[in-house]
Amino acid sequence: MILNLSGRKTLQIQTPEGVVFNLTVAGLFTRFLAWIVDGVAIMTASSIIGTCTRFLAIISPDFANALFIILYAVISVGYGIFTEWRWRGQSWGKRLLRLRVIDASGLKLQLSQIIIRNLLRPVDLLPACYLLGGIFSFWNRRGQRLGDLAANTVVVSIPDTLVLNTQSLKEAKYNSFRDYPHLESRLRQRVKPVEAAVALDAILRRDEISLEARIELFRQIAAHFRSLVSFEDKVEEMITDEQFVRNVVASIYRQTNSRQTPVSF
Amino acid sequence: MILDLQQFISSERPRWDEFETLLKQIEEDPDLNLSLEQARRFHYLYDRAASDLLRVSTFASSPEILHYLESLVARAYGEIHETREPRRRFIFWHWFSQQIPQTFRRHLTAFWCSVALTLLGVIFGAGILYVDPTAKETLLPFSHLQGKPSERVAEEEQNKGHQLEGKKAGFAGFLMTHNIRVALFTLALGMTYGIGTVVMLFYNGVILGAVSFDYIQDGQTRFLIGWLLPHGSIEIPSVIIAGQAGFVLAGALIGSRKRMTLLDRLASVRNDLVTLIGGFCLLLVWAGIIEAFFSQYHEPVLPYGVKIGFGLLELVLLCGYLSFSGRKNRPQNTSP
Repeated sequence: MILNLSGRKTLQIQTPEGVVFNLTVAGLFTRFLAWIVDGVAIMTASSIIGTCTRFLAIISPDFANALFIILYAVISVGYGIFTEWRWRGQSWGKRLLRLRVIDASGLKLQLSQIIIRNLLRPVDLLPACYLLGGIFSFWNRRGQRLGDLAANTVVVSIPDTLVLNTQSLKEAKYNSFRDYPHLESRLRQRVKPVEAAVALDAILRRDEISLEARIELFRQIAAHFRSLVSFEDKVEEMITDEQFVRNVVASIYRQTNSRQTPVSF
Repeated sequence: MILDLQQFISSERPRWDEFETLLKQIEEDPDLNLSLEQARRFHYLYDRAASDLLRVSTFASSPEILHYLESLVARAYGEIHETREPRRRFIFWHWFSQQIPQTFRRHLTAFWCSVALTLLGVIFGAGILYVDPTAKETLLPFSHLQGKPSERVAEEEQNKGHQLEGKKAGFAGFLMTHNIRVALFTLALGMTYGIGTVVMLFYNGVILGAVSFDYIQDGQTRFLIGWLLPHGSIEIPSVIIAGQAGFVLAGALIGSRKRMTLLDRLASVRNDLVTLIGGFCLLLVWAGIIEAFFSQYHEPVLPYGVKIGFGLLELVLLCGYLSFSGRKNRPQNTSP
């Protein structure tokens, strides 16, 4: 089972060009919420049809009753098929909760896949409330319910629109590391992307951490960076561990800023 | 080396936005045909985003950009790399006259299994009632089947079909939707390695066998055939076809074709399953109409001979349709 950093299942696909991308598989709870939204949508549509057929019943109660029975069945079975086909793997509930049904190999979703995954739903619902489908999905490495397995589809989470928060950090103070460009260069060479990300995350989330934990966290991160590149003692003595980490992050992420506009996180 | 994210984003973002806009257009309109120029641009933007993804995953560690680019590339990947033959325009007559019977014949073994299980159920149901007539209450939990058959026949013949006056359309709607649900459930239970499908087919057979035995034993054979045959000649084969589809699904799961992976096996039967589903749903709509508007009329309104003749004609037509329709134009490369 492939899990991402947050412990969620991911679907990994490699393109013929050699590019690998990971998609986060939708969680059970989110899917359940989407199912409830879809249930409400079906009920709303049914009650609208019920109202319309009541008017029709003035002319022919039998025909109105037949029409309601048939339309209700068509909507309850066809809703998922129609919406997922029309909106490329999304029903109302999935749209709202930013989920999408995709082909498990990343290819275009076909109508037959949508039909199969929706028509096999009754077996996933057994004995009630998606218990069988839920249990199967929990153990399946791609989070597939039985209908998804037969259709070779996976429900994934769609990431939010790109919002970068490095801009939110103020660029006000002087970064003393800028006086040592050769050490900054060495820092950029030696620090791995994942280490830089940890440091950036620690800065962005500093206010969520208690004072003691924060001091300890930045001490450890700073110690790690110090072990990679050794700045002069007077530079290191003048600043706190947190400021040291901020300077490291600023040096790494803002390498093109000129010395005339020194920055610091 | 670490990527200068800010500069990278500011230089690439206009192309990502353009790519996303184009993708959205394609996603929102499944029938959209891109011009050659647009297709080239789309491919260029895809290559560019894929290359950016590679750079970000190698030289930077920004989860937001990584997820965003992965999502963009994933969405476009399906559009660009899809090599499966696009489904041809749906032509109802071609589908009905060729695809359904051809698909049915491709999976004849599954069909005969389905028939055998139903027959086994029929024999079991009749046998139980023969051995223990008191089992009727347990085997037939329907109030209209609990009484003595001859009394019901007398009542039905006296009613002259008036009992459903003003309710026939609603009754037809109920029968159609109920039978389709049961058939779909029988198919879906194929995912239990066919065990659920076996149970459903056997259970249907048991009820059919018990009812038939009850009426035959009471000397109501003509009524029984006249009552069941007009709609049963279509309805019962439809449920058996649903069972056939369930066994096709179970066969793909169990893996009789050892050299194929599970996913390949399931993919190889998927279109056939959809065709069979369409086939039995259509038949059940017809059966529902006949049961509500025709089967409920008995002598003296409608002679049993006419009803039996009509039922037999339907059965012969159905057998002919499933056996011979679409034979001349059968495609050469059938599914593996």
